[in-house]
Amino acid sequence: MAINNEALQQQLINDLLIESFEGLDRFDHEMLALENGTAQPDTLNIVFRAIHTIKGTAGCIGLGKIESVAHIGENLLSLLRDNKLQINPAMIAAFLEYSDALKEMLRCLEKTGQQGDKDYSTLLDKLKQLQTGEPLPETKPAAEEGWGLFEDEPSAATAVPSAPAKPATIAPAAATATPEKTAVIENTTRTGPSVSDSAIRVDVGQLDKLMNLVGELVLARNQIIQFTGKATEPALLNAAQRLNIITTELQESVMKTRMQPIGNVWSKFPRIVRDIAHELGKQVKLIMEGQETELDRTIIEAIKDPLTHIIRNAIDHGIEAPATRMSQGKPDEGMLILRAFHEGGQVNIEIMDDGQGINVARVKQKAIEKNLLAPDQAASVSDREVFNMIFLPGFSTAEQVTNVSGRGVGMDVVKTNIEKIGGSVDLSSESGQGTTLKIKIPLTLAIIPALIVTSGGERFAIPQVSLLELVRLEGEQARKGIEQLYGAPVYRLRGRLLPLAYLNHELKLPATAAAQKSEDAKIIVLQADGRQFGLVVDEINDTEEIVVKPLSKQLRNISCFAGATIMGDGKVALILDVLGLAQEAHVLSESRDRSKTEKPEEQTNASDRQTLLLFNAGDNSRLAIPLSTVARLEEFPLSIIERAGGQEVVQYRGQILPLIEVSQYLPRTATEIARPDPVQVVVYSDCGRNVGLMVGKINDIVEEALTIKRDAPRRGIAGSVVIQDKVTDLLDVPGIIREAEPNFYPATQEHA
Amino acid sequence: MSQTSKQFCTFFVNGLFFGVEVLNVQEVLRYQDMTPVPLASATVRGLINLRGQIVTAIDLRHRLNLPARNSGELPMNVVVRSEDGATSLLVDEIGDVVEIEDDVFENPPETLRGPARDLITGVYKLKDRLLLVLDTERTINLSGLPCHKEQTN
Repeated sequence: MAINNEALQQQLINDLLIESFEGLDRFDHEMLALENGTAQPDTLNIVFRAIHTIKGTAGCIGLGKIESVAHIGENLLSLLRDNKLQINPAMIAAFLEYSDALKEMLRCLEKTGQQGDKDYSTLLDKLKQLQTGEPLPETKPAAEEGWGLFEDEPSAATAVPSAPAKPATIAPAAATATPEKTAVIENTTRTGPSVSDSAIRVDVGQLDKLMNLVGELVLARNQIIQFTGKATEPALLNAAQRLNIITTELQESVMKTRMQPIGNVWSKFPRIVRDIAHELGKQVKLIMEGQETELDRTIIEAIKDPLTHIIRNAIDHGIEAPATRMSQGKPDEGMLILRAFHEGGQVNIEIMDDGQGINVARVKQKAIEKNLLAPDQAASVSDREVFNMIFLPGFSTAEQVTNVSGRGVGMDVVKTNIEKIGGSVDLSSESGQGTTLKIKIPLTLAIIPALIVTSGGERFAIPQVSLLELVRLEGEQARKGIEQLYGAPVYRLRGRLLPLAYLNHELKLPATAAAQKSEDAKIIVLQADGRQFGLVVDEINDTEEIVVKPLSKQLRNISCFAGATIMGDGKVALILDVLGLAQEAHVLSESRDRSKTEKPEEQTNASDRQTLLLFNAGDNSRLAIPLSTVARLEEFPLSIIERAGGQEVVQYRGQILPLIEVSQYLPRTATEIARPDPVQVVVYSDCGRNVGLMVGKINDIVEEALTIKRDAPRRGIAGSVVIQDKVTDLLDVPGIIREAEPNFYPATQEHA
Repeated sequence: MSQTSKQFCTFFVNGLFFGVEVLNVQEVLRYQDMTPVPLASATVRGLINLRGQIVTAIDLRHRLNLPARNSGELPMNVVVRSEDGATSLLVDEIGDVVEIEDDVFENPPETLRGPARDLITGVYKLKDRLLLVLDTERTINLSGLPCHKEQTN
């Protein structure tokens, strides 16, 4: 019996802890609402109920100290609720302190099973004093500070507004908070917070298990669908179709149970922002948008700390002191905006402040001091690169280490943590205007889009977040395109050297006969740790949504794999860890330095460099057009080409796309060139209209300094340049279009 | 009836008769398709899809330093439970589940050498043969073994 009682007591304490921490979070939230005047009429009821529940439960299970501390606050709250007192900033400050005291005791209870022996009598005296309705002489300065932070009248000209103004602004909010009958509230308090009526707590392990079972069901469904593909029995086909629909819906629903609104993490931020701003003597207004944006719970956990760090940084380094802000003509209250939204299967989180922005000169100076940047390079480094230096390990621009930030846990940890869950961080800043951090993270870690490749006869999945582009080199190109630098293979990707790694070699896979026979080289351009490398594989299969499963203990030390997944046919495929693989293959360590020396040069020349699409007209000609004018590259089978108005057209994306055979508008086409099937079409876009240029073969995309060597326009040619050591003609597309289709350009707008 | 007894799931590896306690066994399966894991220890033969769960298969012949199986012979799976989830032991043939009384147990003989020494907890002296008892936790713990295939060769 004794054991049972103990277990029961522990269970009761656990329940109390969960309930009370939630209640106190809510309490803090509502207190801040009262402070900045956004309180709802029943705000006081909510906070009263939260405290009352803690007091009641703690009393029931014999936690006398927590009960008595909770009781004092409850008394003051009940006076407020019954309109016998008006809430004022001093009370709010005391209540927040009171909430901290309760949390401290609860945490102590959680860790040690005891309520702790800290003395809270000063706080309790303060609360008792406040019950008398008289001001607190000794706590006035604190109250003034607390007040100044959330001044909602921008007209208050001084950094620390005078005390008498405050009850005036907050009292109306409190006055509207007149509660309904006390008796009604008393009835509801025993049953706990009202959310519990429509929600239940489910163990996370249970949800994970459910997710696994659904994964299995999906596989079984896929197999059944394959079998029924050959069946003709209508009843069976119907059943299979129903199974298909229900499974899909079930999968979505189960995925949803793991989703949580990002607001769950954000709910702590108003308090954090208030406290940090308070500590630093700054005024910050926090605006949160898109709290309802949903994310997988594992991701919510993973972004909590990075977000907190970013917010601390923004207030500490970004937002200036009120006096500085006023002198620059900005409102004395700084603005911190948190925004979350879904976009393209990803969740975007933006953290914007209207502070001083990043001081490029200071970052450069710091980078030089820390040997992260050579002094002679400093002048040529772009602002964007300077911003990215903030993410390098061991970098902190804080002039002095404050309590808030600059303690060595830098932005590099933030970046690493976000990249670990497949996200990315992008920073932009305008001096004096503020800084914006954009974070992109996947919706879920459990199911991710991946590219499936084959090497050495085995399939591997590559997470799509690391994927930049795919390059296929055929025949001659495959032999010549990949060059060796002292045995290190590289490929010139648009003029820049891309280090290559062979998956077969890195994983010590046997070379299959088919792969050896193949003349093509398939390069997957991947990004890891902000740098690029190419992975050569035997075969590129397809993209697929995969369910990520962890590897067992025996295999976790292999850094090349991030996990495993089950493919549609029921077989297991390994998921490549792109960063681990890059490190194994040593393709990253060398390029870090190179990227530094290369980028500034690229930056300076960027103005006269242009990206060009190289192709031919079906013969041995070399033609180029600026890639910026190309909307898409398409392949059309000859069978879908129709004729309208004496012209070849094709139905394309709900429009009729006129087609122009480029070779007919070039000077030297004496012989008729046989048209390939399918025909390669460059969709050219200008003046909001599209035209399809039928070309022979699309060769490459290069970045070149565009200096026209021979400026002698001929029919269809604007000039000639040397690209990759070969003379290449720049196609005069406007000229060709004017000739082929005089109505393409609006009559009023004569094209140059 | 002061006698206590245990149930063992038995199997054969290279003619030797092994047993693991039934309580540790999740299930027994015939040969399953496996996906090899590059760079892993040669003891790891691959990954098996066990109804949506990915299970690592450990080749007992390799683990116990016994000669490799002939290429035509397909191993069977004895899936054992562990703290880290399920792991499959690849064996030659599955035997019966037998109930054995504790008094025929003896510690492994001193002459038992090699990796088997650490993995075999003892021997049950049955009428017609000896049953070697495997410690499953130690058997599936490969942390002391070299990781890359090339190093084991």
